[in-house]
Amino acid sequence: MDILAKERKVKDLEKQLSELGNSEAVEKIKLEIKRYKEKEMTKLTPWDRVLLARHQLRPTAMDFINYMSQDFIELHGDRLYRDDMSIIGGIGTIEGQVFTIIAQQKGKTLEENLVRNFAMPHPEGYRKALRLMKQAEKFGRPIITIIDTPGAYPGIGAEERGQGQAIAMNLLEMSELTVPVIAVVIGEGGSGGALALGVANKVLMLENAIYSILSPEGYASIIWKDASLAPKAAEVMKLTAYDLAEFSIIDRIIKEPLGGAHFDKEKTYLDTKNAILEEYYKLRKLSPTEIHFQRNNKIRNFGFLQRFNYENLGGIKR
Amino acid sequence: MNSISNTLNKRKQLKNNLKAIREESPFIKAQRMDVPEGLYEKCPSCNRTVNMKSNIENDYICKHCGNHFRMRAIDRIKYIVDEDTFVEKGLGYITLNPLFQDGYEEKIAKYKKETNLDDAYIYGYGQIYGQQCVIGVMDSYFLMGSMGSVVGEKVTRSFEYAIYKKLPIVIFSASGGARMQEGIFSLMQMAKTSAAVAKHSKMGLLYISVLTHPTTGGVTASFATLGDIILAEPGALIGFAGPRVIEQTIKQKLPEGFQTAEFLEEKGFIDIVVHRKDLKRTLSKLLAFHRRPN
Ligand SMILES: [Zn+2]
Repeated sequence: MDILAKERKVKDLEKQLSELGNSEAVEKIKLEIKRYKEKEMTKLTPWDRVLLARHQLRPTAMDFINYMSQDFIELHGDRLYRDDMSIIGGIGTIEGQVFTIIAQQKGKTLEENLVRNFAMPHPEGYRKALRLMKQAEKFGRPIITIIDTPGAYPGIGAEERGQGQAIAMNLLEMSELTVPVIAVVIGEGGSGGALALGVANKVLMLENAIYSILSPEGYASIIWKDASLAPKAAEVMKLTAYDLAEFSIIDRIIKEPLGGAHFDKEKTYLDTKNAILEEYYKLRKLSPTEIHFQRNNKIRNFGFLQRFNYENLGGIKR
Repeated sequence: MNSISNTLNKRKQLKNNLKAIREESPFIKAQRMDVPEGLYEKCPSCNRTVNMKSNIENDYICKHCGNHFRMRAIDRIKYIVDEDTFVEKGLGYITLNPLFQDGYEEKIAKYKKETNLDDAYIYGYGQIYGQQCVIGVMDSYFLMGSMGSVVGEKVTRSFEYAIYKKLPIVIFSASGGARMQEGIFSLMQMAKTSAAVAKHSKMGLLYISVLTHPTTGGVTASFATLGDIILAEPGALIGFAGPRVIEQTIKQKLPEGFQTAEFLEEKGFIDIVVHRKDLKRTLSKLLAFHRRPN
């Protein structure tokens, strides 16, 4: 039984609850729900987390922004081609501190998703993000990026306008920024499309978010030639927040309520906001040079390898 | 005192050992691709059979249609770098299996044996018609030239070496993208290599990126498209998403010539499409234009 089936069961119990007026029975079922959640929803498999990360009711980037910043002003366009709606960017204050916030936005309905392109950005989206980050750097403003995308959009227009070049440019320029950058993975962190907003001083991740090189479906269809083995792929890919924290790819896990973020959205928003601010207050103490160094030092150490050192012996002539 | 002289002696001995390795390097024999007369292969572009030996003598270019065949990294270095000037750097990297994937170690061992490389990338110092540079080449015969931790580290190192020596760098890319078996570690190599390009660029040094068939995925979306000057070989497939993925997403056939080097030149993402026979001359000219007064 995966997490969605368990959730249906909880919903079912809650429905029964609303139908009953009798307080004794209500208490009994309430207790049952609580017990069930504690028993069944605390130990999640990686595939459960994939399902939660993609959950219909999961809060989107805009929900987080609206909660964290009441005066957010959205800025549009990359000044080159058009405004990509799958990435939103703008300026707002959180607890009195002005931030540039850039986020990948999923839609909640099908119509909205068609406008947002299922949060799969085109090159112009990444170029808009870069423009806003450069702007933030100019005014010494810290940056928050919110990551939630299945990946960069694979389409004709995207390729014609240089999807690869746009992502590469973001990676290069983000490594050079001298203002603090905090990235938060709130749902799906899909491959290069996610990393293009993820070169940060601190990378935070919601407990049930995922971050991977490609989707479990894609992995299963390439390795085992069968996309239906995605649950198994999720298991071996090491894409959960806990795995990534163990690898030091991310810096901090933000706990979610039992059953996923959508069971208690307010609490998720509050915890996320607090985590971001806490990291920011630590980074605020560093000078621009130190900020630059901290980020680059972190990036430089990515990798898992070993080496026999021949370097100081002059190399091999071929 | 004693311990210092001991270390020095040890180092001397190591150096001598390495010299011996260098002189009878197995690579030198391996790279002389010796194929018997009677071998033929089919040209993927015009579907005609070509004699492999004459094809190699013709720099891996189909004599019927001019299709550029893929080149092994070592052949590429022999072809581009002046004789006896190449010194390989960054040896001895060991690819590990961070996610404990089944069969990955065996795969790596097999490719290591076949290609005589540590991983899908080699780099070192070399001269191109007398122009000094750092040269790096990806090998698409090594697990599709995919970028894992070792490739990412070596690419980064090649930029750092170029910074240290204040030299321009030329990188030939040929890659299927990031290496899935290393998962998130492969993804992070994109950030690492791109950051290395930035550091090299900030020193005012030249980076020429040469895209060869095929360059896709994580390599396109990192260091390969960040060159000051970007060259490509004719007909090379270059793109972020693979053509099959795009076709599945948009559910229609892709137009003829989509994602080729010529297409990207038309769209403004490549400076020049250069025929392989002109490549060395073009590179040396570009390097000469950027030579710095000593
Ligand atoms: Zn041909």
